[in-house]
Amino acid sequence: MSPAIETRSLRKVYQPPKRKGAGGPAAGVVAIDALDLTIGDGEFFGMLGPNGAGKTTTIGILTTRVRPTAGEAVVAGANVVTAPAVVRRRIGVVPQRPNPDRGLTVIENLVFHASYFGIARAEAARRGDQLLERLGIAEKRDAKVDQLSGGQQQRLMIARALTHDPRVVFLDEPTVGLDPQARLGLWEILRELHTQGRTIVMTTHYMEEADQLCDRLAIIDQGKLLALDTPTRLKTQAPGETIVDVIFDADASVIAEAARGLEGVSKAEGRGPLLRVFSRRGGEIIPALIAAGDAHGRAVRDIHLSRPSLETLFISLTGRKLS
Amino acid sequence: MNEDHVPPSRVFLAILLRDVTVARRELPFFLIRTTLQPLMFVVVFGFLLPKMGLIPGDYTTLMLPGVIALSLTLSAIQSVALPMVQDFGFTKEIEDRLLAPVPIELVAVEKVVAGMLQGIVASLFVLPIARLIMGPIHGLTFRNGGLLILATVLGGAAFSAIGLWLGTAIAPQQIGLMFSVILAPMIMFGCTYYPWAGLARIPWMKWAVLVNPLVYVSEAMRAALTPDVPHMPAAAIFAALLVVTAIFLFLGLRAFDKRAMS
Repeated sequence: MSPAIETRSLRKVYQPPKRKGAGGPAAGVVAIDALDLTIGDGEFFGMLGPNGAGKTTTIGILTTRVRPTAGEAVVAGANVVTAPAVVRRRIGVVPQRPNPDRGLTVIENLVFHASYFGIARAEAARRGDQLLERLGIAEKRDAKVDQLSGGQQQRLMIARALTHDPRVVFLDEPTVGLDPQARLGLWEILRELHTQGRTIVMTTHYMEEADQLCDRLAIIDQGKLLALDTPTRLKTQAPGETIVDVIFDADASVIAEAARGLEGVSKAEGRGPLLRVFSRRGGEIIPALIAAGDAHGRAVRDIHLSRPSLETLFISLTGRKLS
Repeated sequence: MNEDHVPPSRVFLAILLRDVTVARRELPFFLIRTTLQPLMFVVVFGFLLPKMGLIPGDYTTLMLPGVIALSLTLSAIQSVALPMVQDFGFTKEIEDRLLAPVPIELVAVEKVVAGMLQGIVASLFVLPIARLIMGPIHGLTFRNGGLLILATVLGGAAFSAIGLWLGTAIAPQQIGLMFSVILAPMIMFGCTYYPWAGLARIPWMKWAVLVNPLVYVSEAMRAALTPDVPHMPAAAIFAALLVVTAIFLFLGLRAFDKRAMS
């Protein structure tokens, strides 16, 4: 079976905006660089990365709203640059921030959206009611969009993305700003979509979400693909050590020096007041680190521990934390 | 899964229907926003001043076509530009239409058509009210139906296209500035309150106002509604309106594309 999505050497460079105050990116920013992705039909695919990693740009290109600077992308069998209308016919997009049509009611949002895809009114209303029911906002059917909570608006966006029965569904950070309960509810919905055989592409910067939902995960940072595999296999690639971050009240590089001599430490680095130690003895290393700090007249401000996980893999790949 | 091809004309009509539905709901606010100013002018210059004997009674003949032109153009320009600024600037509401399975230029053209329709509604609303306030208007005729339709459609199209350009090319923070710096002079020097032929006594002004597209709509309305008043030749008027529409549609579509795609 042909893949749902295929990109080859995809690259996007944002040119500096000519207009003042347009809020665009600064001069010649490389948002994504040489991205090769193949996403299988029916796959639940996650893109994991911190803000500014290039996830939203990638989604933008795949959903025909951002022009690639170079490279190629084929989505649901059509090229995003040469046949964008065909791509749009076959995809559903849930935006990062809900953007419902505020001039219309909830059900009208769905019926009009369906009509942009050539679906007749009666059929559109039937589908719309079904979707509202399934997403648990049927009682808001005739409400104005403004009367919906943030979580309800997000669900409306999902319903809207599904009214035209797309093959591939894109969700850009769908759970940002949702309370924990709404987030779990959304996970349920996404799993259901997945079992129906749709291809789902989701960006997130929540490790747990990526781990729980996705068949395969791409870890992206600064526009580059750093790792790509199933969550389980990615976790086995994570360094075996626990990452211990200790924040001192002054420069920590001298302590890093001392820490490297400690038993069970495979790597230690000082970056300003931050001491990052890769520990084979987990948290047991902490007292020795505090003592080393003491010996150099440094007091501890904060300690953070990351056990081997997607998170430690991410830190070891990017040198940064996700959020 | 659904059949893959959707005729663009069908998508276009669906998007137009969306705008008509929303506009119908906001009709009272829309009419107040766009026709209050022309109607106030009608009250002062078409009723109060003639009653006081400060201006001759048949001034209304000169003024009515201008007021209709003003209602048409102001509402066309505003009904495209203002929502566009909001849509692209803050709400991003237009995005669901940008994801419709048609070339995005069609979404922009739909906005121009919707703006034109709103302009026509506004001018149809103002005409009887103005006539009522002014009393009988010497030389007013509706016999030039074809000319009137052409003037309305082309005038509406030209100013919707201008609205598309303003709404996409101008930063949201400058929209207020646009109204005071562009619209106010355009209205005062648009031959709305005086016929273009009257400017013969100030020759430099007569030629200078030709850069103002409103002049052609005012003169078109004169040619259609009060043909006895000296006006520009119809062929020149419509040629000018076609050129204005083409230029601003081109600029507007280009600016729209820049805003819609990054």
